[in-house]
Amino acid sequence: MAMSIIWTGMILLSVLCGMATGRGQLVASAAMEGAAAGVELCLSMAGILCLWMGVMEVMRRSGLSEKLARFLMPALRRLYPEFARDKEVMNTIAANVSANLLGLGNAATPLGMEAARKMSRRTPGVASNALCMLVVCNTASIQLIPTTVAAVRAGAGCGTPFDILPATWLASIISVGTGITAAKLLGSIWRK
Amino acid sequence: MDLFFTMLVPLILAAVALYGIFRRVDVYDALVAGAGEGLKVLLRIVPPLIALLTAVYMLRASGAMELAGAALAPVLSHLGIPPETVALLLVRPVSGSAALGVGADLIQTYGPDSTIGRIAAVMLGSTETTFYTIAVYFGAAGIVKTRYAVPAALCADLAGFISAAWAVRVCFPT
Repeated sequence: MAMSIIWTGMILLSVLCGMATGRGQLVASAAMEGAAAGVELCLSMAGILCLWMGVMEVMRRSGLSEKLARFLMPALRRLYPEFARDKEVMNTIAANVSANLLGLGNAATPLGMEAARKMSRRTPGVASNALCMLVVCNTASIQLIPTTVAAVRAGAGCGTPFDILPATWLASIISVGTGITAAKLLGSIWRK
Repeated sequence: MDLFFTMLVPLILAAVALYGIFRRVDVYDALVAGAGEGLKVLLRIVPPLIALLTAVYMLRASGAMELAGAALAPVLSHLGIPPETVALLLVRPVSGSAALGVGADLIQTYGPDSTIGRIAAVMLGSTETTFYTIAVYFGAAGIVKTRYAVPAALCADLAGFISAAWAVRVCFPT
């Protein structure tokens, strides 16, 4: 429902704004071009997107995710001290984080939901500090190789679509770090 | 270092394939199966992209984006964020496909190797659809009292936007 309101709002706003600024003709032709651009965009990014989904599948089948999960465990225990001794929860969180790192969004979301469900058993209906941390870490992107964005850049005629990787990693680290710090700070002052 | 990032894609392809063979995975079969999954993903994002790019194109043609950009420009330029990206900032936490549409439009309009195009790409790559994620996770766990999850997640988003603009200027000095 939210998307219906947003979409209708965008269309209304452009009609009203177009009439007010005397750009009615431009808005009218844009309405025709936009739909075609949507299809063209998808076609232009199809090749590289499919290729990387294939590479990710190889990573998944060769057990790279589990390896990554084991490597991450010590850091995760610190992030979720309440659950550090709960093997089941910690393993699910580790699998969720490594799927996120590898960009396996389809695998990461069910794992995260599973972890959230298990963690909520201790505090039914209320988001505990650990649950807030899980959500904050999942709302900040930590994908090592942002496939879709690279595909869009390649589609727009960029010869080196992955040259934004260092900048993306830098921004991701700062964003996740800020999220974790905010969650820890707020967690210590917010009432239960 | 430059050569490393230019060669990153072929290097990753080679390393992943070698590792897969070493672990006795049918590399080719996995690659093809994953590529098939990619087609399904594309099929899923085509319809929303058609709807949203129509709206984005109309908004841009109407001049509404420039108005919003101009209104928020003083705040944004203080944070180092180009005002052209204002629409991306607004839709990013709400809708993944809308953000992809707006971001792709920026990348195509200004060029993938322009500063604005790069900032849009890094913003897309370093943030997530915050409200969707919160709704899905707390929905699965039956959480009613969300406490500070939303403000903390939005802090991370804002930090992501600011640092995306900063990181592009650091990594690609003009």
